[in-house]
Amino acid sequence: MKKYYQSWGRYPRAEQEVVRLWSRHDPFPLDRIDGKTALPRGNGRSYGDSCLNDGGMLIDVRGLDRLIDFDPETGILRCEAGVLLADILKFAVPQGWFVPATPGTRLITVGGAIANDVHGKAHHQDGTFGRHVRCFELLRSDGSRYLCTPQENSDWYRATIGGLGLTGLILWAEIALKRIGSPYIDSETVKCTNLDEFFSVSADSDQDYEYTVAWLDCTARGPRLGRALFSRGNHVNTVPDKLPRIPGRRLSVPIEPPITLVNSLSLRAFNKLYYARQREHRRREIVHYEPFFYPLDAILEWNRIYGPRGFFQYQCVLPGNDGRSAVREVLERITASGEGSFLAVMKIFGDLDSPGILSFPQSGVTLAIDFPNRGRRTLSLLDQLDEVVRAAGGRVYPAKDARMSAESFDHYYPQWRELLPYTDPILSSSFWRRVTGVAA
Amino acid sequence: MRRVLIIGATSAIAQATARLLAADGDALFLAARDRERLQSVADDLRVRYQVQTETSVLDVTDYTAHEGLVDQVTTTLGGLDTVLIAHGTLPDQKACQLSSGETRREIEVNALSVISLLTPLANHFEQQGHGTLAVISSVAGDRGRQSNYVYGCAKAAVTVFLGGLRNRLHSAGVQVLTIKPGFVDTPMTREFRKGALWASPEKIAEGIHRAIVKRKDVVYLPGFWRLVMRMIREIPEPVFKRLNL
Ligand SMILES: Cc1cc2nc3c(=O)[nH]c(=O)nc-3n(C[C@H](O)[C@H](O)[C@H](O)COP(=O)(O)OP(=O)(O)OC[C@H]3O[C@@H](n4cnc5c(N)ncnc54)[C@H](O)[C@@H]3O)c2cc1C
Ligand SMILES: NC(=O)c1ccc[n+]([C@@H]2O[C@H](COP(=O)([O-])OP(=O)(O)OC[C@H]3O[C@@H](n4cnc5c(N)ncnc54)[C@H](OP(=O)(O)O)[C@@H]3O)[C@@H](O)[C@H]2O)c1
Repeated sequence: MKKYYQSWGRYPRAEQEVVRLWSRHDPFPLDRIDGKTALPRGNGRSYGDSCLNDGGMLIDVRGLDRLIDFDPETGILRCEAGVLLADILKFAVPQGWFVPATPGTRLITVGGAIANDVHGKAHHQDGTFGRHVRCFELLRSDGSRYLCTPQENSDWYRATIGGLGLTGLILWAEIALKRIGSPYIDSETVKCTNLDEFFSVSADSDQDYEYTVAWLDCTARGPRLGRALFSRGNHVNTVPDKLPRIPGRRLSVPIEPPITLVNSLSLRAFNKLYYARQREHRRREIVHYEPFFYPLDAILEWNRIYGPRGFFQYQCVLPGNDGRSAVREVLERITASGEGSFLAVMKIFGDLDSPGILSFPQSGVTLAIDFPNRGRRTLSLLDQLDEVVRAAGGRVYPAKDARMSAESFDHYYPQWRELLPYTDPILSSSFWRRVTGVAA
Repeated sequence: MRRVLIIGATSAIAQATARLLAADGDALFLAARDRERLQSVADDLRVRYQVQTETSVLDVTDYTAHEGLVDQVTTTLGGLDTVLIAHGTLPDQKACQLSSGETRREIEVNALSVISLLTPLANHFEQQGHGTLAVISSVAGDRGRQSNYVYGCAKAAVTVFLGGLRNRLHSAGVQVLTIKPGFVDTPMTREFRKGALWASPEKIAEGIHRAIVKRKDVVYLPGFWRLVMRMIREIPEPVFKRLNL
């Protein structure tokens, strides 16, 4: 039963026993947990330690992978919690339906999407994933089951959405899918030469484009600080005559290099090239939804390029108008440090409420940047970023975190104690113990 | 489109295989003993692939149900082209050593029930002159080992029975497929430590699907087990009996 489960960032390392669940009709596997703590586990696409439970158990729910019911008229899907968004897309897209609030990878489970109340390129119009969850069933370690909807057991509903897997096992959920006219996206990429341009293009796009996000060059400094390729798009309503290429075979990073392949030299070169690749100010094209939403899914196990020490992703949101100056400061600190990576994205969140007590998204600008783990150097930079984010009244995303202090967490989520009455006595995670100081 | 009967349809390997068959557009008749879980498997296939899925609750040791099964399936699906027998249990070897009753029960579920089911099915296929009988045996049936020989002996019986059946039905144009998986991460093996030799049920299902389509006789899944088992079979008995296997 012992298995080496990691998180996507491959940091920190943790050891835990794994129990697999195979049916939503099975009881809570209390007998196999013998006195330890346990944590539900989806597809392990969280970066840090919120999907780890060092020294305890993981309850792997990927075996709950059945669709239960679907109404092709209304787009309402009921499915088990271990179903991957990729599986939903596979059967729903041909019928004209899409996953709402989809994040930047489709290789996550419905349970994971709920427990982190994930968001995506459509946040400014559709809000978080939790907003599209009509109901779900929660199984607690004492065997009790709760049917949760915004009306019924609404406190459990709010605690479990964004509840980091701590309130119980989500067994199945009912999701309202989003109507689409075709699998294709009419997309446009706009070059932004600096941060101000990013903000103005973003403001111009929010109304007319359901999807927006910017890829950020986190090596550009001075007057070019914040230069970015801003991508926006809408579903095409009629299937185009000339079909764009659907991505074929996936690549994979076959081995783990002994050291990270991401260093300041490779990074500067890549970012320069990537930004320069697009000559024109705007480029418009019809693309299939896969490369548009999930470019990284085309390279399996790309997280290996960072070598055995793994990497961090830092994702913060900086609210309101202060956002701008705080973003500038965050970026200045990163460029000055020479850290950072290829993967840096920036997006304006909308002001739709997130349903969960601990949901991350709030109105403002969000930044997500990968950092190879170079030990203390990286950690102290991230601590500095926390200072800026705290001063600006922002927060950091637990799904991506492996290092924020308990003090920072308390700052970001002062409401976290509201979750305590709903946490299951058996359930805990490495993350939760670290940020709350609650013992195992 | 095939019309397929799957016995032990709630097995993890069977479910994964059913998805590949349903993706081809096959009509499915699913038999398993747990009503709730059987229904959840059937719903998944129907919602995912919009194919016909029928269900019937069946405990394979209920022999009175075996004879009528072929008729039941052919009437609901309008015929029967392919059968997959997937049920099984993994005995507690130590418990079997202490109880002949336990041993007989394990042989019954893993061997006798399969042989009994295959008897009317073989006649149906022989008569209609086409189709596929696919049965999950195991690498464990290739040689008796102290850690697992009750299970091994049941699977060996199934393997030999299938060999004879293949020989008999070849001239009738019927495919008889013996499937020998190695270690697979399923509920059956939940208590085991999983290492590099372990495969997912999805991976095994791909192999089963391929073997059905290509009309194979015997497949080891994943394929490297063919070599491993050949080596294990080659070890002379005077040496083998001393090994801790
Ligand atoms: C390339 C990439 C891009 C990403 N892009 C985005 C993005 O754009 N937006 C975004 O929001 N996130 C993004 N993420 C993060 C990812 O979407 C979240 O971490 C997501 O929650 C992972 O889901 P998972 O199924 O892998 O769950 P895991 O990582 O295994 O678990 C996540 C949490 O869910 C809990 N959980 C899982 N299943 C259940 C269940 N059945 N019942 C109760 N709790 C459960 C776990 O306990 C844990 O707390 C990205 C990740 C990657 C690797
Ligand atoms: N897993 C491995 O490593 C492995 C290796 C080699 C071969 N195999 C073989 O592969 C086949 C499928 O097993 P699996 O790995 O997919 O395990 P599994 O998911 O545990 O499936 C076994 C199935 O057999 C069913 N079953 C047991 N007794 C039954 C009975 N009396 N009547 C009806 N159904 C019964 C079980 O039903 P319930 O769920 O209701 O108990 C279950 O659905 C088995 O023949 C097994 O021997 C497995």
